[in-house]
Amino acid sequence: MKTNDLIDLLSTNVEAIDRRQVSRTIATAGAVGTLIAIAAVLVTLGGRDDVTNAHALISLIGKLIFTLGVVFFALIFLSRYARPGGERRTPLGLIALPFVGIVALASLSLLSAPSAHWETMIVGDEWLKCLLSIPIIAIMPFALVMWAVRRAAPTHLTRAGALTGLVAGSISATAYALHCADDSVPFVALWYGGTIALCTLAGAALGPRLLRW
Amino acid sequence: MVIGEDELRELMKASLGGDAAAHRDLLERLSRHLRAYYKSRLAHIGRSASETEDLVQEALIAIHTRRHTYDPAEPFTPWAYAIARYKLIDHLRRTKASRADVPIESAGEITAHEDHVDTESAVDLGRLMAQLPAKMRTAIQHVKLDGLSVAEAAVRSGMTESAVKVSVHRGLKALSAAIGREKAS
Repeated sequence: MKTNDLIDLLSTNVEAIDRRQVSRTIATAGAVGTLIAIAAVLVTLGGRDDVTNAHALISLIGKLIFTLGVVFFALIFLSRYARPGGERRTPLGLIALPFVGIVALASLSLLSAPSAHWETMIVGDEWLKCLLSIPIIAIMPFALVMWAVRRAAPTHLTRAGALTGLVAGSISATAYALHCADDSVPFVALWYGGTIALCTLAGAALGPRLLRW
Repeated sequence: MVIGEDELRELMKASLGGDAAAHRDLLERLSRHLRAYYKSRLAHIGRSASETEDLVQEALIAIHTRRHTYDPAEPFTPWAYAIARYKLIDHLRRTKASRADVPIESAGEITAHEDHVDTESAVDLGRLMAQLPAKMRTAIQHVKLDGLSVAEAAVRSGMTESAVKVSVHRGLKALSAAIGREKAS
């Protein structure tokens, strides 16, 4: 085939393009994924029943600020990394800031507590449930957001995949926070932060396979 | 400043607005840049220049079908370069060569040179079209080859207008994938 023939083919009946399609598709996938994750948590695990307690409510809000903050920044990064060349103009390091923040807070809270309490603060009551639930609940949002990114054109597939995993993991952690009654900052830093990091690694590993175009 | 950035960006903006003449002009210019780029890269790593035209066409299809991923607030050349480089790496991976062979140049590399010699690629469009599902083939034939409007194609093929649009879009992606497979085998 001659390249000129191909150009003829491609430039016959050219349609106008919606320029905001990429960001909108990714944001929609994130929103739908969040609703599904929340529904899954409320139906299978149930919500916290102690939110009338001021201390519990404040802890819940604190957790949501952390997880939703990560969702928000990860979505912004992802809508850049989903485009060709996005990796060349957006340094990835900034995304680590919420994690650095929560680890710092966790260290402060450990230092201000007697060391006899450390084990309870770190391990909590239900670390295993947290460790299993967040990655499992992340599967649906992960599939949805991956689908949205596939409709764009990422050129650094490992990083785009990692960001997809990060979005899915933090969406899942947001939903799980509605159930989880372990409120110590070190617990959140380790088990929420850790499972979100795990989802990110899974995304990085799957990205090159799932995102090729 | 990258050579031709302003012109290319204006053409891209017009093309995203649905201007077919601008789209053609853009693809023609890009094809010359892509040809020069791929020829020099392939020569640089000791590969046959005969793969050039296949790559040029694959990159053009990618630029066309993924044009919604260009953000008009950003410079155009880095976007086009990222696609060109991605397709080159993908091609080398498929044909067993390593990514390390493809250095990151400045994005301006993509518009630094032109090459007008349009040789034929190894791809036989007719044969690839024959492999497409009937709906996609009919839609592409009507809209892209015969130049019918989407509405006319819809009447002629008995599909709805949106089905015609979707079929053309999917068909072009399938063609692009088929060109890729063609090269791998």
